[in-house]
Amino acid sequence: MKELKDLNIPDDIKYAEDHEWVSTEAPFRIGVSDFAQDALGDLTYVELPTVGMELAKGEEFGTLESTKSVSPLYSPLSGQVTAVNSLLEDEPGLVNSDPYGEGWIIEIAPGNLSELDELLDAAGYLEKLEQEE
Amino acid sequence: MTRKFTPAGTGGLVLEEKLLWEKGRKGRSAMSLVKSEVPVTALPEEICGNGPDWPDLSEQEVARHYTRLSTWNFGVDTGMYPLGSCTMKYNPKINEAMAALPGFAKAHPLLPAEACQGSMRLIYELERFLAEIVGLKAASLQPAAGAHGELCGMLMIAAWHRNNEKSGAPRKTKVLIPDTAHGTNPATATMSGFTEVKVPLGPKGYIELAQIERLMQDDVAGLMVTNPNTLGLFEQELADIIAMVHERGGLVYADGANLNAVMGYVDLGRMGVDVVHYNLHKTMSTPHGGGGPGAGPVAVSATLEPFLPGPRVIKNGDRYEWQTDLPLSIGRLHSFHGQFGVAVKAYSYILSMGQDLKKASALAVLNANYIKEKLKGAFDLPFDQPCMHECVFTDAKQRANKVSTLDIAKRLIDLGYHPPTVYFPLVVNSAIMVEPTETESKEDLDAFIAAMLEVAREAEETPETLHAAPTLTKVRRMDETTAARKPVLTGDMKVEGKQ
Amino acid sequence: MRYLPHTQADIAEMLAAVGAESLDALFEQIPENSRRTRAFDLPEAMSEWELAEHLQALANAGGGDWQVFVHAGSQPHHIPVLVPYLASRSEFLTSYTPYQPEISQGTLQAIFEFQTLISRLVGMDITNASMYDGSTAMAEAALMAMRITKRRVVAVSGLVHPHWREVLATYLAPLADVELVTLPAGPDGRTDLSGLDGEPAVLIMQSPNFLGVIEDLRAAGVAVKALGGLLAAGFSEPFALGLIKSPGEQGADIVFGDAQSLGLAQEFGGPSLGLLSCKTEYVRQIPGRLVGRAKDIDGKEGFVLTLATREQHIRRSRAVSNICSNAGHCALTCAMFMAAIGGSGFRQTAQVNLDLAAYLRSGLEKLGFRPFSAAPVFNEFVMYAPDNYGAVYERLKSLKILAGLPLKLWAEALPGISLERAWLFGVTETSSKTQIDALLHEIGKGA
Repeated sequence: MKELKDLNIPDDIKYAEDHEWVSTEAPFRIGVSDFAQDALGDLTYVELPTVGMELAKGEEFGTLESTKSVSPLYSPLSGQVTAVNSLLEDEPGLVNSDPYGEGWIIEIAPGNLSELDELLDAAGYLEKLEQEE
Repeated sequence: MTRKFTPAGTGGLVLEEKLLWEKGRKGRSAMSLVKSEVPVTALPEEICGNGPDWPDLSEQEVARHYTRLSTWNFGVDTGMYPLGSCTMKYNPKINEAMAALPGFAKAHPLLPAEACQGSMRLIYELERFLAEIVGLKAASLQPAAGAHGELCGMLMIAAWHRNNEKSGAPRKTKVLIPDTAHGTNPATATMSGFTEVKVPLGPKGYIELAQIERLMQDDVAGLMVTNPNTLGLFEQELADIIAMVHERGGLVYADGANLNAVMGYVDLGRMGVDVVHYNLHKTMSTPHGGGGPGAGPVAVSATLEPFLPGPRVIKNGDRYEWQTDLPLSIGRLHSFHGQFGVAVKAYSYILSMGQDLKKASALAVLNANYIKEKLKGAFDLPFDQPCMHECVFTDAKQRANKVSTLDIAKRLIDLGYHPPTVYFPLVVNSAIMVEPTETESKEDLDAFIAAMLEVAREAEETPETLHAAPTLTKVRRMDETTAARKPVLTGDMKVEGKQ
Repeated sequence: MRYLPHTQADIAEMLAAVGAESLDALFEQIPENSRRTRAFDLPEAMSEWELAEHLQALANAGGGDWQVFVHAGSQPHHIPVLVPYLASRSEFLTSYTPYQPEISQGTLQAIFEFQTLISRLVGMDITNASMYDGSTAMAEAALMAMRITKRRVVAVSGLVHPHWREVLATYLAPLADVELVTLPAGPDGRTDLSGLDGEPAVLIMQSPNFLGVIEDLRAAGVAVKALGGLLAAGFSEPFALGLIKSPGEQGADIVFGDAQSLGLAQEFGGPSLGLLSCKTEYVRQIPGRLVGRAKDIDGKEGFVLTLATREQHIRRSRAVSNICSNAGHCALTCAMFMAAIGGSGFRQTAQVNLDLAAYLRSGLEKLGFRPFSAAPVFNEFVMYAPDNYGAVYERLKSLKILAGLPLKLWAEALPGISLERAWLFGVTETSSKTQIDALLHEIGKGA
């Protein structure tokens, strides 16, 4: 596991308590943080939702699998799924190697942009991680 | 590398062997084939196929293939197998011989009762033995494995509730499961149509009455509980919990995975348990066979007896008969009468042990406590109290040197041991769960303890030894990630000479 | 007791080490209200010799000495001594599930080979490491198809083994909103598919079916796929696949079966070996263990258990099944049997089965029996018996011969077929022409 100081936590995106990130302007991409990918270890499979699926805030939209674990993904925003990263079907490891770039998971059309304000910024997320340590 | 331990099973001959279909030549055979003595007939052409393109091998080729493969395996006969919650005790050889007696082995399951009184008597008596050993009313041998016994138990509980709903009892949709449970418990609950309600572990390592009382609502069918639990601790409040669950209209399923700890010491009937499953392949000494077959008979209280799967063997005078008129039964769970061959072995074991079954539990508990005492200085023991038949350590003392539970487990392989159960139960971070069983002698325990202490020393002095382990095996640590990302589940079988 | 190694001195020394006064003191943590207060009411412990004598007496009345001309899901086939001899090697028999691949390569390679050989037999892409038996494999196939199609109607042929259908019903009973539809038999002993409609998740067929008749799986597949469902096809007699097209070739999406015929003793019905195979696209929905190829950190080829995230120990309440222990050693034994008999031997033996069944059938016809239908059969078939056969059958039982299964006792499970005088017969390569002639001679003698 990485030390906290070694984590990459960009400050131009928002974070949910359970380690998903979402970009703050369109396209609204959702993925998992460097902390999450590191904690899960090498991913072997990403279960993606179907495009068009309506999500409530906090609703499960997929799972990440490693050889020994299955972790649900929860949507940090409400809205409709407009795209999924189909590259992950063949290369789930992109979530590990590039969690904020090629390892994005879904794009969403937010139902309520004010929900962004309820999420953590980079500093708040790091603080949360420190507290949990 | 200096090797203080030179155990059997490692470092000897490790021969290579091809895949089966890379051997052989078309036209060979490893078996006498029956030649036709009657006129040849044919099926309509449109339904005919080519048959499977399996390779043809000689008898020696087959013998050598599997003999070589076997040398890459580690069994209870090879060395100590301290797998927590798996009860890898010695598998007596006489039991194998008894199950192979032609009178049993060649018996067709649909023989009329007068033809198979001996087989039926064995079923009848073993069911009674199993009920007696836990103090319950009746038993069924139909379930084919532990998880199948769990399913049987929960289907009976579901059927009991459905029957009560007819007279106005509320619909039951949930079941309580402590978070120390084996994964089979929640999976079984789902298969039985229930939703799992998690019961958190109390601070002392067992579940608490007050907690269960809060969760035991009108829509809860009951409780699934493993006792002793997977931390190796006896559930202190269970009898009171069961009484409360009954009072609230629920039933209690006990997971019998850990029965080896308590035979003769605990009375499940007195505690009020409604159904328990046995793993005959744990408690009753039948071999695990590299994954199965097991057998998962259930024993039940009088409440659930009418719900047992059928048909059942009953005794009428001195004749054994099949009883099929079972209106409340959950129905059939197996093609025939369950894992009869496994039952023969368990029956043989029980008859060999008699009252010594209690002593087996006592020695299993003694062995586990002995290991706990001898190792608790070197390894972190999250619940430092007397244990039952298994004890749970963690890697907390080794973590500073970047040595993990996995490293410890893999290093034990090089030292000639099957690793303990690791990373389970989930409620303990990086658990190392040791269950020695009663069939290990004091000298063997002392050797295992010495090996564990050696590993602890290495973790401080040469942690790289642990990171690299195992090194003496046919293969070293496997790349399971790539195996799961690009699964290859069948071989590229090309058979020479195939049309 | 020879399984308990502790001497009195060992016990004393160990009790001192753990700080307990006696063995019973180790159990002080058990609350009084949970304790057992009486000894076991069990027979006195037996020596190895007494045990052997006792079990031999039971086995003498176990039924294994009967000559049985009935299959119905349990078949006598020759098993070369080689197979149980190799399978009994304790490195295989006394090992655990191969979760530690470094010391389990023997089991893992053997199961990988098993998965491959069975996939070729049934015409599917993948096969799991085994289920308990044919009936439970079939029930799991139904659950699997419901997950894949997200539908809740299971259609099953009424000619699937009645016991297997009972197990299916037991598995489906507690699940909300699941409908189980049974298709009746047609007059020729094949499933009448005309009633299949609605939105079935799956159509479950057995071929050869319980009456021994080879079904038209292709037509079944076409019918269910037109409704958007899957075809799950199975068998209780794998030797039939030595001669007939595999279920995969005929359009099955999932294949289940019982492989007792392939090297396992009948053993009064268990343990047997459940087979479950499917197309690659359904791999995340198949229950049970899977062995896959892998490399170690040095790049050396080997095998591991893989895709375990489907299973109960990881996914818990959301696992595809609760199965844990399977029929691993039976799968190993079966692999050894397939290796021993070989593809050529398997086809040759299947042909002998077909021929002997035809020989017995024509012999019975000469004695006044009438075939139930003209549909093709393999080594099992139904005949309508002459009036006095019930009495003949009873007389043969006194000779320890079971000459057919009286289907009138199964009438409730097989509605729509006239079974009053129908008997199900089976014969394999374990019966010689001489033995069949002797059977026919006995039947010919009358009551």
